Amino acid sequence: MAQLEVDNIRTAYGLSKVLFGVSLTVEPGEVVALVGRNGVGKTTTMRSIMGMAPPQEGSIRWIDRDITGIPVHHVAKLGIGYVPEDRRIFPELTVWENLDIGRRPPMDGGDGWSEEQVFELFPDLKDIQERKGGVLSGGQQQMLTIARSLMGNPKLLLLDEPSEGLAPIVVESLRDRIQMLKTGGLSIVLAEQNLDFVLFLSDRVHILEKGEVVYTGTPAELRDNPDVQTKYLTV
Amino acid sequence: MLAIGVEAMSMLSNPTFLFYQFMNSISLGMNLFIIATGLTLILGVLRVINFAHGAFFMFGAYVCWSTVTFLGGAVGSFWLGVVAAAVVLGAMAFVIERGLLRYLYGREHLTQLLFTFAIVLIVGDVAKMIWGTDQYNVPYPHGLGGAVDFGFAKYPSYPLLLCVIGLVVAVGMWLALSKTRWGRIIRAATQDREMLAALGMNVPLVYTGVFVIGSALAGIGGALAAPRVAVSPGMDATIIIECFIIVIIGGLGSLWGSFLGALALGFVTMFGTVIFPDWELVLAYILMLGLLLWRPWGLFGHEEEEPH
Ligand SMILES: Nc1ncnc2c1ncn2[C@@H]1O[C@H](COP(=O)(O)OP(=O)(O)OP(=O)(O)O)[C@@H](O)[C@H]1O
Ligand SMILES: [Mg+2]
Repeated sequence: MAQLEVDNIRTAYGLSKVLFGVSLTVEPGEVVALVGRNGVGKTTTMRSIMGMAPPQEGSIRWIDRDITGIPVHHVAKLGIGYVPEDRRIFPELTVWENLDIGRRPPMDGGDGWSEEQVFELFPDLKDIQERKGGVLSGGQQQMLTIARSLMGNPKLLLLDEPSEGLAPIVVESLRDRIQMLKTGGLSIVLAEQNLDFVLFLSDRVHILEKGEVVYTGTPAELRDNPDVQTKYLTV
Repeated sequence: MLAIGVEAMSMLSNPTFLFYQFMNSISLGMNLFIIATGLTLILGVLRVINFAHGAFFMFGAYVCWSTVTFLGGAVGSFWLGVVAAAVVLGAMAFVIERGLLRYLYGREHLTQLLFTFAIVLIVGDVAKMIWGTDQYNVPYPHGLGGAVDFGFAKYPSYPLLLCVIGLVVAVGMWLALSKTRWGRIIRAATQDREMLAALGMNVPLVYTGVFVIGSALAGIGGALAAPRVAVSPGMDATIIIECFIIVIIGGLGSLWGSFLGALALGFVTMFGTVIFPDWELVLAYILMLGLLLWRPWGLFGHEEEEPH
């Protein structure tokens, strides 16, 4: 059985329906990408999994239990980390304090991530520990958001548009860090507009269109299918 | 008018009197700070404007009086009264937050305001049922009825101790908020509660904790004020206005802002009474308005973004 199993979820904000039966699965250690144009429901899918926008219908199974509609902090405690698209670091807290807020021992015992290990992965953060989150550059903020989630020792990371608004060189470095996390066995759901980023990192790609999955394939299949790219991805 | 002015001038040119008023200002300011800091903490985290804070203050003063009276004014009974006020108000806050308030967080501000206003009325009526409408006096605690000699002047011990307690509370709160994990979590909750939950933090529990602590501070402030004032119905009305002035001056949710705001209000009140005897509250409003024109977000506040 898959680690994460999202089955036919329908999610609405008030009366405006956004997801019309989205299904996806994530196997342990797999990177599953969600792509599609603006407003198709990538973020909403993640917020549904996280419990921030619980689906009206359908179910979400995580490892061996149904987590549909349980409180957000329970979802997090069960090992799902969320890195939102607008980053949402605590602006008045220092880098170190932001990391400390995320700290949570691994569910199944063991040592888990320490600050030292996080700083090894993101050396840029090490020298700015005392700086307030609000004054960091976009790239630093993105690193910090991921680092903060890692401090909670998730098994699955929901990464929402990590490359958005970052300079190409920063995007490349970020991509390599995420690749390292993948190698380390972390499962990832990755929402992205940057197709190269997606094709480099993911094992499977789902294309969303108006709240539905309209295409599923491997990165190689998608790369060789310009028709699908034009139809669903070209702006 | 001129006569009053001359009289005030002669009082203000008396160094002993000046010293006395100076100390009174700080003492009042510190008492106000303890109360207002609870209000601002609740406002910062829960984003609820708790009108009942003044009623909690009054209840704390009554609880202190009852404790002292019940123990026949024994040594230490006053301090037990302060602890009792904190515990009773904390427990009341726990029940109110868990039982009622938490269902209103998603609602509009008006609903929350009406709710806390209902609590004002209920707490006020409960206080009348228990303590009637009489006016009570709480004597200075044991050993603090005298005065401390500064050489050039004497100042009564209890109000002096209030200054110290206020400072201790301020530094204690600052240490707790900046140096402990719980403090960091509370500050994070003022900034982005949804993200805090996404990091596995039980935000509703944080809310309960903050409401309990903030309300306990109102109770402690009331108990500490009891020897200074007449404990009677209606004492909740003035204090809530004063607290709001302080919180607005200092900037919503700011600890040091409410510290300075409370001091400023203490000075305006104490010196205003001398210079413009009938205008002291007006002066407080002028202080607030002037400050808002200069800094619309208060001394230590910053521009509000829509919180998550
Ligand atoms: N809080 C909200 N209330 C109402 N509608 C919302 C809300 N959040 C998103 N929507 C709507 O839901 C739809 C899907 O939004 P969502 O953020 O999931 O898309 P997305 O694929 O993440 O887009 P983007 O690439 O712009 O991040 C959009 O039409 C959006 O306007
Ligand atoms: Mg999005």
